[in-house]
Amino acid sequence: MKASEKIIEFLLWLAAAITILITVGIIWVLLSGSLPFFQEVSIVEFLTAKQWTPLFAQKRFGIMPLVAGTFLTTAIAIAVALPIGLTIAIYLNEYAPSRLKRTIKPLLEILATIPTVVYGFFALTVVTPFLQSFIPGLAGFNALSPGIVMGIMIIPMISSLSEDAISSVPKSLREASYGMGSTRLQTAFRVMVPAASSGIIVSVILAISRAVGETMIVAIAAGQQPRLTLNPLVPVETITTYIVQVSLGDVPHGSLEYRTIFAAGIVLFIFTFALNNLSFWIKKKYQEKYD
Amino acid sequence: MTNSTRNRIKDKAFQFFGIFCMLIGLVFLGALLVDIITRGLGRIDWDFLTSLPSRRASRSGILTAWAGTLWILLLTSLIAFPLGISAGVYLEEYTKKSKLSSFLEINIANLAGVPSIIYGLLGLEVFVRQMQMGASLLAGALTLSLLVLPIVIVTTREALKAVPPSVRQGSFALGATKWQTTWRQVLPASFGGILTGVILALSRAVGEAAPLIVVGALAYVPFVPSSPNDEFTVLPIQIFNWTSRPQAEFLVNAAAAIIMLLFITFLLNGVAVYLRNKQQKKIKW
Repeated sequence: MKASEKIIEFLLWLAAAITILITVGIIWVLLSGSLPFFQEVSIVEFLTAKQWTPLFAQKRFGIMPLVAGTFLTTAIAIAVALPIGLTIAIYLNEYAPSRLKRTIKPLLEILATIPTVVYGFFALTVVTPFLQSFIPGLAGFNALSPGIVMGIMIIPMISSLSEDAISSVPKSLREASYGMGSTRLQTAFRVMVPAASSGIIVSVILAISRAVGETMIVAIAAGQQPRLTLNPLVPVETITTYIVQVSLGDVPHGSLEYRTIFAAGIVLFIFTFALNNLSFWIKKKYQEKYD
Repeated sequence: MTNSTRNRIKDKAFQFFGIFCMLIGLVFLGALLVDIITRGLGRIDWDFLTSLPSRRASRSGILTAWAGTLWILLLTSLIAFPLGISAGVYLEEYTKKSKLSSFLEINIANLAGVPSIIYGLLGLEVFVRQMQMGASLLAGALTLSLLVLPIVIVTTREALKAVPPSVRQGSFALGATKWQTTWRQVLPASFGGILTGVILALSRAVGEAAPLIVVGALAYVPFVPSSPNDEFTVLPIQIFNWTSRPQAEFLVNAAAAIIMLLFITFLLNGVAVYLRNKQQKKIKW
């Protein structure tokens, strides 16, 4: 009796312990794949060179163009998702009747369930031609169109996390504000949003992390040309797209070109790991202010 | 104009802006669905569903793609669910608040935030190379299992949390052991919630292309996989491949395949939402 209980507990513990093994596995794979790379390419060159051409005859290994591409598409996505997502969160909390809120929220959540390859298809074949009709210099592959589409995809992430944050602000604050004669708008922006700011910041950080790691939308619609630019109208390449590009090609296992995807992967992992932990830290530090 | 009229006008203006922002999201969603349905629906017929891929767009079908997708769903369920639910049960029912359990929690939250393509790199090195599975269904399913594990664990824990302590105490009072209590009382009581999480995890797995591309799944597989060791493709990869071709006819194929993918995704999500609503109505502790 006692023994079987112990065995079951051990098996359950094993399942939980596997999650640690996964983290160790990720770090080990990224390090063991990229250490041989960094023996051939100096970290200084990797971080400072302005060109990324590992698949050409004239090889250069500067990660900056891929970082720039990732930064650009992410910045566009957040520029779209933050104002819209936050406005929706405020509207649903301060203005909307509860019936509208109950209908709109699940509809917006659909945006988050659509596979990203579908968004990529839509960005390339509909949004880019549409933007080209009034932005003359826009190339067929560009950062703008996938950036906007990615932004719309992460609206529900920002709106629902921000809404949770705003609705957890105690009612008394809102009532006090109304009692002083404020309008709903003044209450929202001078009382509720500042009071919920840590939760809103967390939602934005998680959205940034999501956009940095997003792959298929940019792989389809942003192009495959690593370019150190902040011009949203020309083709760029993100870190994630580069990994896909090499995976689709015929790069021999163990070659320097093959190892570049682990070097690119470790940069991506460091970015998202830092962002995620920053959000945990903010959440932990500020969350219990009103309890 | 007095200050308060001005404020009231601003207040109204923001109300309209709020409605406008919601409409942006909804109009975009509507435009996407309408565009894909008008482009792809005419292409879906029996031949399209039962043909192998071909160099010519008009003869190409998605048989291998949806067969691969079903295989992946099946194998991922078999691997991820026992593992994820067990881990969730351990963390919720068996551990006390300790340094180790909070470390496990942070670790799982971190795993949930790791980009899917990094899981692809993990699968490529560990399953495809070290364990020599090659670019097989099994390697792909194992990779996706690790990817959705955090979702399964977190939703399992939430479902278990919703079971009130009195259920456990009642069971203990009758002399049941920890495992008897968990297996016969807590798990059945939280079944609906766990199932919801499990289905949401599947709907995430079914749309993933990036990690499977890194693992080495191919766009062109000329046969239907018949065992977990076979090479495979899935719907998202087939869509990606057709979208990257220059010929316009392949875009029609891509739109048609997207309809099938969205159908599966919405079906899974719909079932999950239905179960959740039913669960919330039924149980009043």
